[in-house]
Amino acid sequence: MPWPETQAIRKDMPVSFRRKDLLGIADLTPEEIQLILDTAVSFKEILTREIKKVPTLRGKTVVTLFYEPSTRTRTSFEIAAKRLSADTVNLSISASSVVKGETLGDTADNLEAMRPDIIIIRHSASGAPHFLATRLKSSIVNAGDGLHEHPTQALLDLLTVREAKGRLDGLKIAIIGDIAHSRVARSDIQGFIKMGSQVTVCGPGPMLPPYLEALGTKVSRSLPEAVAGADVVMMLRLQLERQQQMYFSTLREYARFFGLSLAHLKLAREDALVMHPGPLNRGVEIAPEVADGPQSVILDQVTNGVAVRMAILYLLTGGEPSGTAH
Amino acid sequence: MGLLIKGGMVVDPSQALEDQRDVLIDTGRISALEPPGVIPTDGHQVIEASNLVISPGLIDMHVHFREPGEEYKETMASGGQAAAAGGFTAVATMPNTRPVNDNAALTSYILAKARQAGGPRVYPVAAISQGSQGEKLAEYGDLQAAGAVALSDDGRPVTNPQLMRRALEYARNFGMLIISHCEDLHLSGSGVMHEGLVSLQLGLIGIPAAAEEVMVFRDLTLARLTGGRLHIAHVSTAGSVALIRQAKASGLPVTAETAPHYFSLTDEAVRGFNTNAKMYPPLRQAEDVAAIREGLADGTIDCIATDHAPHSSLEKDVEFAVAAKGIIGLETSLGLTLKLVQEGVLSLKAAIERLSTAPARILEVPGGSLAPGAAADVTLIDPNLTWQVEVNKFKSKSRNSPFQGWELPGRAVMTIVGGEIIYTEGGR
Repeated sequence: MPWPETQAIRKDMPVSFRRKDLLGIADLTPEEIQLILDTAVSFKEILTREIKKVPTLRGKTVVTLFYEPSTRTRTSFEIAAKRLSADTVNLSISASSVVKGETLGDTADNLEAMRPDIIIIRHSASGAPHFLATRLKSSIVNAGDGLHEHPTQALLDLLTVREAKGRLDGLKIAIIGDIAHSRVARSDIQGFIKMGSQVTVCGPGPMLPPYLEALGTKVSRSLPEAVAGADVVMMLRLQLERQQQMYFSTLREYARFFGLSLAHLKLAREDALVMHPGPLNRGVEIAPEVADGPQSVILDQVTNGVAVRMAILYLLTGGEPSGTAH
Repeated sequence: MGLLIKGGMVVDPSQALEDQRDVLIDTGRISALEPPGVIPTDGHQVIEASNLVISPGLIDMHVHFREPGEEYKETMASGGQAAAAGGFTAVATMPNTRPVNDNAALTSYILAKARQAGGPRVYPVAAISQGSQGEKLAEYGDLQAAGAVALSDDGRPVTNPQLMRRALEYARNFGMLIISHCEDLHLSGSGVMHEGLVSLQLGLIGIPAAAEEVMVFRDLTLARLTGGRLHIAHVSTAGSVALIRQAKASGLPVTAETAPHYFSLTDEAVRGFNTNAKMYPPLRQAEDVAAIREGLADGTIDCIATDHAPHSSLEKDVEFAVAAKGIIGLETSLGLTLKLVQEGVLSLKAAIERLSTAPARILEVPGGSLAPGAAADVTLIDPNLTWQVEVNKFKSKSRNSPFQGWELPGRAVMTIVGGEIIYTEGGR
C-alpha cells in the first residue's frame, strides 16, 4: 500500500517544504516547523505497526557522515531512513584521521560523486553542514555542528512537548546547564521561541555567554528561580572536561546548585515535563529519581526522534512516495 | 628631463596644501611644486592629471608578504604589485615569515628580494623576540643596521609583560618603534570571531573586546614606565580607542593604526560562516565601528594600515574554526578610505594624511610629502572613478577579501616611486 496519510497531509498543508537542506532552526518559519511536526505525527503511527516499514524512500540513498562519536543520533537517523526503505550508508570518521586525511570539501565531493540523495552530517566545526550545503547538490541534514545547531533534536523536543501539552504557545520552558557549549540549547531556544513559548536559561555564570537576552530568552542565575512555575524543565548534559577549562568548580557543587533534584522539581508546575537530550550524567545534572520519575519524558524524546527524522527525510526528498504512479 | 604632473589637485597634508598645483619630479625627488602653468613643460615628460588628485605616495605600515616560507600565498613581487595597484609607494612588512625575520641576514634577504621586484619601497619590521617566541630579545641593533625600521611580534603577541618592558627599554637604544599586536591569548582562548550576539548565534567561540583592551592598557602603561616608543597595531574596539585617546591626552607619545575592515564591517559579515571575514583581531560590533571612525576623525588613531594577510584556498576553503585568520587589503584600502570621505567621516586631506603623511612620520621614513626636496613618491588618485571589487583581477596572489563585489568610490590610477612609474591603471 502506498502512503495515504502523508499524501493527505501534503494536500491539506498550508505551506510546503521547499528546502534543499535542513541546516538549522534559525532558517525555519513557524509554519515549516508546524509542517515537520505534523508530518512526524503521521509517521509515528508506523512505529506502532507490526511491520514498521513503508516504501516511501525506496531507491533513495541516505549517507550518515559522522565526524563525532554518536550512538543515539546516528542510530535514530539510520532507523528513520530504513523504515522509509532508503538505502543507508554510515561513515564514521574519527577526528584523528581528519588531521592527516583529506579535507572536508574533498570528502564531500567524493561522496557526492556517488550520487547520494541525502547526506546527514555531524561535525565538531560550527558551520560544517553549511559548507557542504553550498558545495553539494545532495540534501544536507545537520545532525549537530559544533556549538551551533542540532535542529532535529529541537524538533523532537518540540514534538514531545506538543504531544504532552497539546500546544507550544504560552508555555514556560527552563533550559538548565552549559548553555555556552550547547548546540541543543541554541536550537531549542530558537525553536520554542518561534512556536510561542517563553524560555528561561540558567547555569553557572561562565556557561551563560553574553547576549543571551538578545535571543529573546530570560537569563537566571538561580536554578530554583528558573524552574519556578515552569511547564518544561530541560536539563543539558554537562561535559566533564569543562572543569579544566574553568567553567565550573567541582562536580559535587555543580550537582548541588545546577542539578535537578526532586526538591527543585517541586518548584515547577505539578505537571511539568522533565527532558534531557542524553546521554545522562546521572547524579550530576539530573538526580536518578527525577530521570526515572513520572514526569520524565526522556525516552519519549528518543521515540519521537525517529518520527521527526522520518519526517525530515520525507520532506527533503520532495514528499513524493517512491514507486507509485505520478 | 623630468616628469611633470600637470593640471591636478595637490592634496598634501604635510604642507596643509589642497590646491591646483603642477609637480615636477627630477632625479628621484620633487624638484618643484607650483601653481598651474608656472613650470614650463619643455623637455619634460608630461602626465596629464586634470580631475585627478595628486597625493604623496600612500604608505601601508602593516602588511604580510609571505616570502620567505609561504611564497604560494604572496611573494615580495606579487605583494609589491598589489601594493602599487592600490596606490602604495611603500609598505612595512611584518616579521612572521618562515623563518621569522629576527636576524640581520633575513632582513637583508627581504630587502634584496624587494629590490629585485622593483615595486614599492619595502621597510622590514623585525621581531621583538628571537623567533617571536616571546622569550629572548632579538638583536635590535643588528636588525636596524640591516634595514629594519621597527619591531613587532605581530601575530604572536608578547604574552610576558616583562619581555614587553625590556623590549621597550632596549629599543630606545636604537630609537626603534615597538608595534604591538594587542591580544591577551588567554582571554582570546580558542575564540575564532568577536564575542557578541553573532558568535552566540553561530555557535562560534568568541574573542571578547577585553582580550584586546587589557593588552592596550598593559602596553600603554609599560610605554609610560619605560619611555619607549609604542605603536598600537590594528585597533578594533571602542574600548581601545578610549584608552589610546586618554593616553594621548595625558601626553604619552603613543601612535595607533586601524585597518579598513574595522571601519567598514561588523561581525555580521561572518554570518554564513564566511572565512573571508575571519581575522585577528576579529570584526567587532556596530558601536566599535562607530568608535573607530570617530578615533580616525579626531586623530586618536593616527593612520590606516591594511594588515594585508594573504591566504590561499587551502587555508580558507575549509570549516570556519580551522580557517586561517587574515584578509588581504592592499587593493581595497584606498577605495574603502575614500568611502569614509564620501560618508563625511574624514576630509580628503585627513584621509590622505592617515594613509601617507602619518605612517611616514611614525616610521620615520621618506615620503608623506610633496614639498620640494622630498622623495618623489606620488600617487595619482581618480576620486570620481567608481569601481567594483573583483578579486580575480587582484595583483595579489591571494583572493581572501570580504569586499568582493563592493562598489568603491575612487582608486589609484598611477603610482610613482622615486620618480619611477611603477603602476598605471588600465594601461593609461
